[in-house]
Amino acid sequence: MASIVNKCYSNHSKLNGYLKKKPIHKDFYIEESYEKMPFSTSIMATLGFYFLIFIGLINHLIFTPKVATEKKRKGYPPLYDTFDNIFLRYVFRRVKDCFNSVVSSVPSAKIEIRTRITEDNNWSFKLLDTKSTFLNLGSYNYLGFAQSDGPIADDTINIIKKYGWAIGSPRQELGTNHLHFELEKLTAEFLGVDDAIVFGMGFATNALNLPAIINSNCLVLSDEYNHSSVISGIKLSGATSLVYKHNDILDLEELVRQNIVSGHPKTKKPWEKIFIITEGIFSMEGSIVNLPDIIAIKKKYKVYLYIDEAHSIGALGSNGRGVLDYYNCCPKDVDLLMGTFTKSFGSGGGYIAGSKDLIDYLKANSYASCYASTMAPSVTQTVITSMSMIMGKKYGGEGRKRINQLASNVKYFRQKLKALGCIVYGNKDSPVIPMLVYSIAKVGSTVREFYKFNIATVGVGFPATPLIESRIRFCMSAALTKEQLDEVLEATEKIVNKFGLRYSKKPISNEEIVYETPY
Amino acid sequence: MYSPINLLFSQIQFNHIYVEGSILLVLLWILLRKAATTANPEKPVRYYLFDLRYSTKAICDSFFKLDIEKKIQSWTPKPLVDTSSPIRLPMENYFIESKASDRVVINGQTCINFATHNYYNFFDNKSIENRVIEAVNKYGVGSCGPRGFYGTFDIHIELEEKIANFMGMEEAVIYSYGFSTVTSAIQAYVKPKDIVFVDEEANFAIQKGLQSSKADVIYFKHNCPEDLEQLILEIDKKSPMKRKKRRSFLIVEGIYMNTGNICNLPKFIDIRIRHKIRIFIDESISFGILGKKGRGITEHFNIPTYEVDLIIGSLETALSSVGGFCVGSTFVVEHQRLSGLGYCFSASLPPLLSAAAIKALEHIDKYPEMLATLRERSISLHRRICLSKLIEHFTLGSDETSPLKHLYLSDESLSHSEQQSILKHIVDYCIPKGFAITTAAYLYKNEYKLPKPSIRLLASINITDENIDSLIHVLLQAVDVIPTKAVQ
Repeated sequence: MASIVNKCYSNHSKLNGYLKKKPIHKDFYIEESYEKMPFSTSIMATLGFYFLIFIGLINHLIFTPKVATEKKRKGYPPLYDTFDNIFLRYVFRRVKDCFNSVVSSVPSAKIEIRTRITEDNNWSFKLLDTKSTFLNLGSYNYLGFAQSDGPIADDTINIIKKYGWAIGSPRQELGTNHLHFELEKLTAEFLGVDDAIVFGMGFATNALNLPAIINSNCLVLSDEYNHSSVISGIKLSGATSLVYKHNDILDLEELVRQNIVSGHPKTKKPWEKIFIITEGIFSMEGSIVNLPDIIAIKKKYKVYLYIDEAHSIGALGSNGRGVLDYYNCCPKDVDLLMGTFTKSFGSGGGYIAGSKDLIDYLKANSYASCYASTMAPSVTQTVITSMSMIMGKKYGGEGRKRINQLASNVKYFRQKLKALGCIVYGNKDSPVIPMLVYSIAKVGSTVREFYKFNIATVGVGFPATPLIESRIRFCMSAALTKEQLDEVLEATEKIVNKFGLRYSKKPISNEEIVYETPY
Repeated sequence: MYSPINLLFSQIQFNHIYVEGSILLVLLWILLRKAATTANPEKPVRYYLFDLRYSTKAICDSFFKLDIEKKIQSWTPKPLVDTSSPIRLPMENYFIESKASDRVVINGQTCINFATHNYYNFFDNKSIENRVIEAVNKYGVGSCGPRGFYGTFDIHIELEEKIANFMGMEEAVIYSYGFSTVTSAIQAYVKPKDIVFVDEEANFAIQKGLQSSKADVIYFKHNCPEDLEQLILEIDKKSPMKRKKRRSFLIVEGIYMNTGNICNLPKFIDIRIRHKIRIFIDESISFGILGKKGRGITEHFNIPTYEVDLIIGSLETALSSVGGFCVGSTFVVEHQRLSGLGYCFSASLPPLLSAAAIKALEHIDKYPEMLATLRERSISLHRRICLSKLIEHFTLGSDETSPLKHLYLSDESLSHSEQQSILKHIVDYCIPKGFAITTAAYLYKNEYKLPKPSIRLLASINITDENIDSLIHVLLQAVDVIPTKAVQ
């Protein structure tokens, strides 16, 4: 399990309670909420988890499960640790039917899911040919570009006919075609920086580029909720890394000061470089990075800043340019801008953008550009089309319309959920909307109940979240209409009543929540 | 004099003071030691108020506060990237302007393709193309989610089943990127206390996977089972009991990406069984190429698949798509569905690429004669080069049947950078003449064993003998213009 538990949730106490920071800058005001969980709930959730483990342990000792065992390897040291097995077989297996649903259509506002049946309590599944349509609040389709018709699909099909669907060579060999250049230029223009470089996979963009820039004489200060790909990249670089509390500027500044003074712990030499690595929108918390303060620290102490905009690019800001746009910060203030094309752009791959020197260096030294396959032309074209739409270069105001629609949807849905009395984490503008259910058992039942209403949502629990902070995550999309949101909210209200999910102790305002119609 | 103080002294038992005093000292020592271990000396110290050492330090520091401010201000980081020696990439000026099939347009010039993985010329295959377009019409382009959260499409399941059936094994998982497949798969099983034996010419992805697993890595000589055995015996001699408790792994490649040699698998399997080591084979190149039906190195040597613990393959080579897969028994492979980082935390493979791989695999399964043609073409490429005058200037260091060939400069006295520059000039000479070839790209400073610079030639089924002869002809012209030997 150790490999899965990549996110460190050791100290979460500071996040509990309503966090309202004094605005340091005049032009913005961060409002993020992390309401404290009721004491009784935390006890019940902890007990529930240990009960499951305990039952699992007894099961494991008395009844040997009829699962696959290793053949022809008698006398070898066991391949896995015991705790992993117990967790997977007796805790995770119980909710296995809520994950890995088999999709059989475009993951847009509506999604078709194939029926799966299990005859042996989730040990194995059988896939049936029947399918049913669900409202999709699970896919990262923020701007609704996951489409099988319209200009995006047409452009992609044309490119498939002209350039094929893949190239079969890394960038540093014979793997560059003009689409890559076009996309790199467009990305740089979109973000307002000098240059950009694109890669075939978002995860690899972090994991294979960080080690090219960071070496063992560098210090990395990483947010505690950073994504696994960032952690992989830091691990691979061999740099010393320290974790600061989620979005906690004071903690971060203290760490920067201490470490500039103390230098490398072994050699005592001053650090060559210090990096702050954080994300734009955190995918499990729904919070938005406190960028202006981090930029202030970066400038004051001359450290470098790396922002992973996997979720925020396209989904935040009035022009869809991500977290920089949201706070009106200058793109040049961030040294490395990383992002993926999987989410808002409805395609695949990732980019790194920054100064010309940086990109030239990456072209020569990135692991991905030297060894990994280049971005597929078909996938590249999809991004080019959707990005030009967001920028308003093609199809008029279509892109802008989607950005506004997403913003209205997010505001409306978040307010309504709070009005139901649920605890909702994160920033008021973040399209990732986690609703807390705490106990791991409630994740399964809530997701299944949503299935009954033909709504697809994501349930997340340990190890992706702290042990007793399991949650249901809604991913907002511009493809959803107000009527569809109302349908979801109606179902949510019934489910909240049924399972008692009104954990919030805050007074619910009587103000009417209106849907701001995007123009 | 008889004072209360004297009375007190007379009654004190000094042995008590010694005993209790020493207990107090031990207690204090324990407390202080705990404070020291919580602030791990290996890592930069994170001070807390209750840390006694810090309190004293804080008092001292307040006297030198100005000094700290000065230190913070005077600290200047190195520039973000080193721009002092800009690297000229050998292939940076060549752009593909067509499909990467057997004829490829580079900078306006139509070339015969010896440079990209295009063994079966699937890019010109209309039935695959139609299947890909069908997939776009049905699923769109992106999958918009990781496998766990609505990113599993039925087309992914179909591909996984097809691969498992094709290999005659229980289960397969697919990843969305070839490089990450190798690193994630290794990290899922190999843990810090384990011991891993790996070939010194193993590709970069294997090296990086092992580096992030933090296991004990032992490199043996390239494709040399005797050296491996020697190393195992040495370790066993040092601590005979220890290795029985530690998981040990052996990692080899089917066809080595960096040398083109075919792995001597039967001997490795023999050693694996005798010493109780698990084996992972990276079949990125050999899958779909070796063996009568393309099942890879195990079929090539007729080794039952249960002897191998995990086969890691790529969809980017023989199948002409993007992505990778792992195949093996359910017991082993299932683990990756929660522990493979690139599987869990990354968006799944775009459905259209999955469709391309399915159709390509069906083709390989349906037309095994393609495999024979490729083998025959590879042998022809090998023999024709070896019999030509090229061999005065180059050595061809790969197995005859492998479609992946490395052409090295034969002059040993040339320095590393001289070789690189000569090879670059040869490539620059050949491409305008209509032959797409490429130097093999390496990050030389990061590789475990410095690879010898080479031109990587890749055979494909549509390469004719005339094409090979004209390539040899152009290469000979190139070496006439570009001196390939050190000036004496």
